[in-house]
Amino acid sequence: MCQIQLTQLQKRFGATPVLADVNLTVEEGEFCVFIGPSGCGKSTLLRIIAGLDDASAGDIVIGGRRVNDVAPARRDVAMVFQSYALYPHMTVYENMAFGLRHLKLPAAEIEQRVRRAAESLHLTALLDRKPGALSGGQRQRVAIGRAIVRKPKVFLFDEPLSNLDASLRVKTRVEIARLHRELNNTSMIYVTHDQVEAMTLADKIVLLRPLEGKSGVASVAQVGSPLELYHHPANQFVAGFIGSPAMNFLPGVVASAETARVTVRAGDALLSAAVDAAGLAAGGAVTLGVRPEHVVAGQGELVGRVVHIEHLGEHSFLYLDTALSPQPLVVKTAQGDVPLGSRMPFSLPAESLHLFHADGAAARRLRVPADAACVPA
Amino acid sequence: MVNESSSLTAGAPPGAAGRSDGESSSIGRTRRRQAWLLVLPMLAVLAAIAGWPLARTLWFSLSDAQLSDMASRQFVGLANYIGETGVLRDPEWWNAVGNTLQFALVSVSLETVLGLGVALLLNHPSRLRTLLRAAVLVPWAIPTVVSAKMWTWMLHDQFGVINALLLSAGLIDHPLAFTADPDLAFPTILLVDVWKTTPFMALLILAALQMVPGDCYEAARVDGVPRWRVFFRVTLPLILPAVMVAMIFRALDALRVFDLIYVMTSNSSATKSMSIYVREQMIDFQQVGYGSASAILLVMIIALVVGCWLTFNRVRMEGK
Repeated sequence: MCQIQLTQLQKRFGATPVLADVNLTVEEGEFCVFIGPSGCGKSTLLRIIAGLDDASAGDIVIGGRRVNDVAPARRDVAMVFQSYALYPHMTVYENMAFGLRHLKLPAAEIEQRVRRAAESLHLTALLDRKPGALSGGQRQRVAIGRAIVRKPKVFLFDEPLSNLDASLRVKTRVEIARLHRELNNTSMIYVTHDQVEAMTLADKIVLLRPLEGKSGVASVAQVGSPLELYHHPANQFVAGFIGSPAMNFLPGVVASAETARVTVRAGDALLSAAVDAAGLAAGGAVTLGVRPEHVVAGQGELVGRVVHIEHLGEHSFLYLDTALSPQPLVVKTAQGDVPLGSRMPFSLPAESLHLFHADGAAARRLRVPADAACVPA
Repeated sequence: MVNESSSLTAGAPPGAAGRSDGESSSIGRTRRRQAWLLVLPMLAVLAAIAGWPLARTLWFSLSDAQLSDMASRQFVGLANYIGETGVLRDPEWWNAVGNTLQFALVSVSLETVLGLGVALLLNHPSRLRTLLRAAVLVPWAIPTVVSAKMWTWMLHDQFGVINALLLSAGLIDHPLAFTADPDLAFPTILLVDVWKTTPFMALLILAALQMVPGDCYEAARVDGVPRWRVFFRVTLPLILPAVMVAMIFRALDALRVFDLIYVMTSNSSATKSMSIYVREQMIDFQQVGYGSASAILLVMIIALVVGCWLTFNRVRMEGK
């Protein structure tokens, strides 16, 4: 049993709140990713779980035991640091063995654990080298190896890939996913600001938002599976954070609110969204949201002028000047041969639209496009 | 003229001037010449303030020059070194060599250990740290002559505050003559020197400690490595190169020790250092030739110690 439970966790640095009202459960064997913009406290939350920082209030329970006052070493966690934190004067072997030496394990046991970890991380040939003679990716693997040999119940990763170049990042990402499959009962908590890492690795994503000194705001914006966050963002913050390029937001006023169809006037157009109308009344200010990949380009009753194009090879992003919003509408399309300045018809299907109340909370979506495999909890 | 034109073309784009090989080597020549020009003033100053006096001392050491009449000196070869009355046959000289080596060894060791302790304390985050860091430098900032005089008064056998304190605490039953008693003079000098130079060591070691990446300590904390083990296996190896440099700085100073001893115990043979011996020969006894010979020997002994130290260090580094 190694469930991690955080209840009513608070963290302040002096008078500045950093984390507020964090309630979270990470199940045994789960891969949980903390994500959020800089300053949202995701690394602090990880350090609190590791025991490197103290919580200002609230409880941390690991495996049924309250560990607020337990030293990091006795929490049965291992941590991989963003900077790797390798001991520069020790060889790769010593770096991995150092955390075991004081445990009074038989020498053969230490040797075996280190050799096995080195093998699974392809480090065997490098065991006699010092960190200075390794590449960034190799150092990263040593740091992971050092965590593996301790056979912890919980792995903590603090932005482990942020110092690697793009291709190595993808490779290591796959390695970490494989590692999680192999260590099947080990929970992993992984901090990142890269949503691709979050979407590809996580069983559960915890999206945190910066408090910016405000009180009465909870740190956790939403907890859920990657697709849940993608298709059913709980609020405008989550909707804007998940997805790249970000969701288009269109300010509007409710024209009519029926049970399963809300019509909104945005600019000079009337748009209908397939969302729950509860709490909405005609005349209320709302924000519509639509992801670039869900705008249907090339046909439809709406029209925009192409002001900018980004070609990515496989597809392109068009920036359309429309009457719907002051900012250009970003549209993902397969056709890249569109001349700048040309007029592009498009439509916004009702089931692709998100609707956010004036306070930012999302209206429940009633139908989602066919690719949505998940159902809101 | 040739050089001038080549330095002109050196600034032109590579395509503009024919052969690229000739181009780069002429750039190299120009750079070397520039480097020499930049170093030259320093070399001239060094030759004037270090080379010339050293050469003169070497020359005097081969003569029977007297301070009162430097003009009428005669060349005597190596007589001042190995002659009947040469420095190397003077037990007083060997006494001074022994004193100095002992002083350097003990004081540098004590300063290193104490400096490390102070540095570890100062490295601990605290609001007082900046203040303490400044305060700790006070002994180092006071001129040695001033602090030596200060300690002489504090240690005075009749009016000194230290004797008064020890007497009133009942630790001694009669005042101690710290600077006059042959048995106490040497430890007293050591004590004052350690007091004065521990801050220097502490600051250098503190700088090294602050270079140790903090996340290494956090990694060790998560892994539950005991503190003493982290200190001996992580901290110490990482600061050792800096400590070694600090030690050699201090060793150089300690081997030349003069002012402290001159002010506190100038007439005690128990604390006579090599520098004191040299000054005594040159000024008190007016034997410039003989004094110069001992000064040259002093330089050679320091060079020998430093050479051994560096070799030992290199072997240690390569052995790793």
